[in-house]
Amino acid sequence: MSWIFDNLDLIGRLTLEHVRLSVPPIVLGLIFAIPLGWFAYRFRLTRSVLLTAIGLLYTIPSLALFVILPPLLGIGFLSELNITIALTIYAVAILARSVTDALGAVDPDVRQSAIAIGYSGWRRFWGVELPLAGPIILAGLRVAAVSTVSLVTVGILVGVESLGYLFTNGLQRRIIAEVFAGVAMTVIVALLIDALLVLLGRALMPWTRADSRATPKVADPTRGAAA
Amino acid sequence: MNVFAEAIAWLFSAERLTGNNAIPVRLLEHVWFTVVSVSIAAAIAIPIGYLIGHTGRGRGLAVSISGAARALPSFGLILLLVLLAGTARASLAAIVAFVLLAVPSILAGAYAGIEAVDRKTVDAARAIGMTEWQILWRVEVPLGLPLLIGGIRNAVLQVVATVTLAAYVGLGGLGLYIFRGIPLRRYDEMLGSAILIVALALALDALFALAQRTVVPRGVIQGFATDLRASPSGRRAVVRKLTAD
Amino acid sequence: MFTARKKGRLATSAVAVGAVIALAGCASGDPLEPAEENASSTDSGTIVVASQAYYSNEIIAEIYAQALENGGLEVERKFQIGQRDAYLPALDNGEVDVIPEYTGNLLQFYSPDTTATLSDEVYDELVEAVPDGLVVLDQSAATDQDSYNVTSEFAEEHGLVSIGDLADVPVELTLGGNAELEERPYGPTGLSEVYGVDVGFSATGDTTVDALVQGTVNVANVYSADPSIASENLVTLEDPEGLFLASNVVPLVSEDVAGEVEDILNEVNAALTAEGLAALNARSVDEQQSADTIATDWLTENGLID
Repeated sequence: MSWIFDNLDLIGRLTLEHVRLSVPPIVLGLIFAIPLGWFAYRFRLTRSVLLTAIGLLYTIPSLALFVILPPLLGIGFLSELNITIALTIYAVAILARSVTDALGAVDPDVRQSAIAIGYSGWRRFWGVELPLAGPIILAGLRVAAVSTVSLVTVGILVGVESLGYLFTNGLQRRIIAEVFAGVAMTVIVALLIDALLVLLGRALMPWTRADSRATPKVADPTRGAAA
Repeated sequence: MNVFAEAIAWLFSAERLTGNNAIPVRLLEHVWFTVVSVSIAAAIAIPIGYLIGHTGRGRGLAVSISGAARALPSFGLILLLVLLAGTARASLAAIVAFVLLAVPSILAGAYAGIEAVDRKTVDAARAIGMTEWQILWRVEVPLGLPLLIGGIRNAVLQVVATVTLAAYVGLGGLGLYIFRGIPLRRYDEMLGSAILIVALALALDALFALAQRTVVPRGVIQGFATDLRASPSGRRAVVRKLTAD
Repeated sequence: MFTARKKGRLATSAVAVGAVIALAGCASGDPLEPAEENASSTDSGTIVVASQAYYSNEIIAEIYAQALENGGLEVERKFQIGQRDAYLPALDNGEVDVIPEYTGNLLQFYSPDTTATLSDEVYDELVEAVPDGLVVLDQSAATDQDSYNVTSEFAEEHGLVSIGDLADVPVELTLGGNAELEERPYGPTGLSEVYGVDVGFSATGDTTVDALVQGTVNVANVYSADPSIASENLVTLEDPEGLFLASNVVPLVSEDVAGEVEDILNEVNAALTAEGLAALNARSVDEQQSADTIATDWLTENGLID
């Protein structure tokens, strides 16, 4: 374990790098998922086709996607952008369905009331439907966030440095503490971002605090991070 | 797009069927790791999940352990376990890692399946004199089967994806072509094998989607709620819908 | 009352959601930023020293970096930037100025069909093969090249000294190494053609030495500066026919900075020996020291920094 204390700088630097790589896909995933999810919710005919197609993206193993994307998009094989785009795709795959389901779960009476007091479609979406859908979207976002943090590590195999560096370097040097530090820090980063999302959710959606038990803990308990 | 044509050419070249690295050999390794790991995970997770679902106890604990397990980076976990167990037991170490990854999904599918059964149905079963055992086996398990299979389906996808990384520690599988292709700059090989891995994932996913539909008892539409707004509570609807698909 | 309050909350939350999206908008620019910063780093007079994703290469890079700093140059480190595919374009476009390389492996990258194997041959060919805008400085005596190794028990049992001796070993041979070894000219095909040795192959990756020690494979491709050759008591088989390309440590530098760094790096390379490199690697693996410490100690011992 002395390796860990001797290399706190390195671990700290890689952790920051890891966070820097993790945040854009989570945020971008949400930004793309909201219109997609809304579209799937609004146009029921296309819903199952659209959601199934997006869901299938999630089945692509990450290392395979890191390799497929560059020729498809004309970017460098070992570019960091590659990782950002790939992880954004996974986040969208998880979140689009959450958004659709969340919008579908908005109480129709509330929606009717909003229409009755004169909310236009655009204002109704941003002012009523999206905030009410918030808790379920948040649950999906938490799954997406944890999965993203875990997948960032695989980027080391295509030259993008993160906490995954500690895995490959630790294996080369046979330093178990180094690999362990990498695994532990990845879990800690994931749990911290998760906790941050929960706090953010409470701040943004104060009405969920009153009966927190009504809020789903996890939108999809069976879904996890693909490697 | 030329690279894709070359990748397809690589994939369907006659050479892929012969030698040490014939695709059937690596494909079989990949599937073998997946089947063994998911089976072990199912043997562990299903009984526990049913216990939690039937008794309603321990759910909180299961949710938090599953949540933490989800945060484990699978690549790091494999390397860590291989280092701890030694290379001679690398396969075993990797299988342990895959099992750890598969358990949360299957566990959640098992208890969510039982929980999703309408309590009135269970009460009715109790009222007509079924024992707890009969309730579990003849009411809750069949009705919860689509959700359980949904959980196994997710576990399979996760494991198929993760087995790709096993080649990094010399365990073969389809990831081998990618790890070999990167230093050799063989984009046709990297891309061709990536396409193959995706195809395997999609095929297995389709297989389980089919299984999920066929296990729904005749006359029961639970697990396939079509109109979310008509469901009693948004939360249950979401859990059901997500896991069912 | 109730509706008013609820409406207020909804409005607040709408603002908040907007804020999240605005925030997200800012963050989304991130992935492109570092590349822009780096591209300009050469102009500002800073020397960017990079390293491969290989711990030994990182130590050499750190030695170069500290030596250059000692010579009064401003250095930026971009270590562990992956494999050749990743960093060679970065050298081309000026994101990286200096990276420690290995003559044989680099030559093979630029001219895959090369037949040179001896150290000087390889170096001369490499000087020609390096693309415009890049140059290689003097090569070091230190090598870190592919080599075939067996356990000392196995060598003793079958009287093995050179690779060719493997041809007479009565047991079935399995070669372990990185996955790509199977396709390299010095892999199983080369073994058979040059030495008449037929082997099976197992892609053992970063666990090759363990696989050899534990008997999963009986011949292993290990880099010659790997400290486990000494610590695991391995026997490196001689290569009289020159199956492997000699691979000496050599700095690959951008032409723009070559003048500034040449003298310092040539002096460093002259002091680095094969045994010296293995010793540096041993400090990383066995003593678990950081590249930083190892580099400072080595430069001080050799009187290269004050």
